[in-house]
Amino acid sequence: MVYLTRKAEFSASHYYHNPEFTPDENKRIFGKCNNPNGHGHNYALEVTVKGEVDQRSGFVVDLKQLKEIMNKEVLDALDHRFLNKEVPEFSRQIPTTENIAIAIWHRLEPKLRTAKLHRVRVYETPDLFVDFYGEA
Amino acid sequence: MKAHLSRRYLFSASHRLHNDAMSAEENRATYGKCNNPHGHGHNYVLEVTVSGPVDERTGMVCNLVDLDQFVEREVLERFDHQNLNTLPGFAGTVPTTENLCEQIYDILQRGFGYAHLEKVRLEETLMNSFEYAGGVELRK
Repeated sequence: MVYLTRKAEFSASHYYHNPEFTPDENKRIFGKCNNPNGHGHNYALEVTVKGEVDQRSGFVVDLKQLKEIMNKEVLDALDHRFLNKEVPEFSRQIPTTENIAIAIWHRLEPKLRTAKLHRVRVYETPDLFVDFYGEA
Repeated sequence: MKAHLSRRYLFSASHRLHNDAMSAEENRATYGKCNNPHGHGHNYVLEVTVSGPVDERTGMVCNLVDLDQFVEREVLERFDHQNLNTLPGFAGTVPTTENLCEQIYDILQRGFGYAHLEKVRLEETLMNSFEYAGGVELRK
């Protein structure tokens, strides 16, 4: 088994707000992130896939295909977007780094054919990141 | 759904690697430059990883404010800008980054209740890092 990781970056804005909370609760729990006008980050994404090395190609996965899937399924949808308003997953869920990592997993996992998705890592800043390994 | 959240913190401290149970020669052979009697310092990078189900109401494994406040109060205030050798925790223990990593893990394991502690990773320099997960194997 060999693990391969591909990185990408996207920039997006978001804010944290739960309509079931009172304004005071939203302010207390989410602090500055509750500003309804949003704020932005340069997110860094690391997608790790795993698999056996194909004897003929020497690849775990065709990087060109992986890059295309990441572009189409993730970056086209998230890059330079206001996540709360433009990405369907976040009309119901708060676009925390946790939920972004989970959403990216669910976008990528069904599209990967040869290699298996192992981990999605999302950096909100260089000092804060979330790993998601699937539901198991 | 379970996710892992990691947060990085910086602190600076000095130490000297020396074991009283060894001869001066043995200390020098074992610890090299790190045995310099006056000590030396590092900018440590601490990476704390916690895990847990993502709360449906907040979208969070745990509130970062709680993690930051705990680490600030219990770890950074204790170690930042200190000479590690002078601290009670290193009275009978050589302040290697291995031992420091274990001590920080224990502090978090005992006191931080908002999420499950997965591991502590400590970078001593850009070239050296240490990880401790309470004695269990690390998830790759």
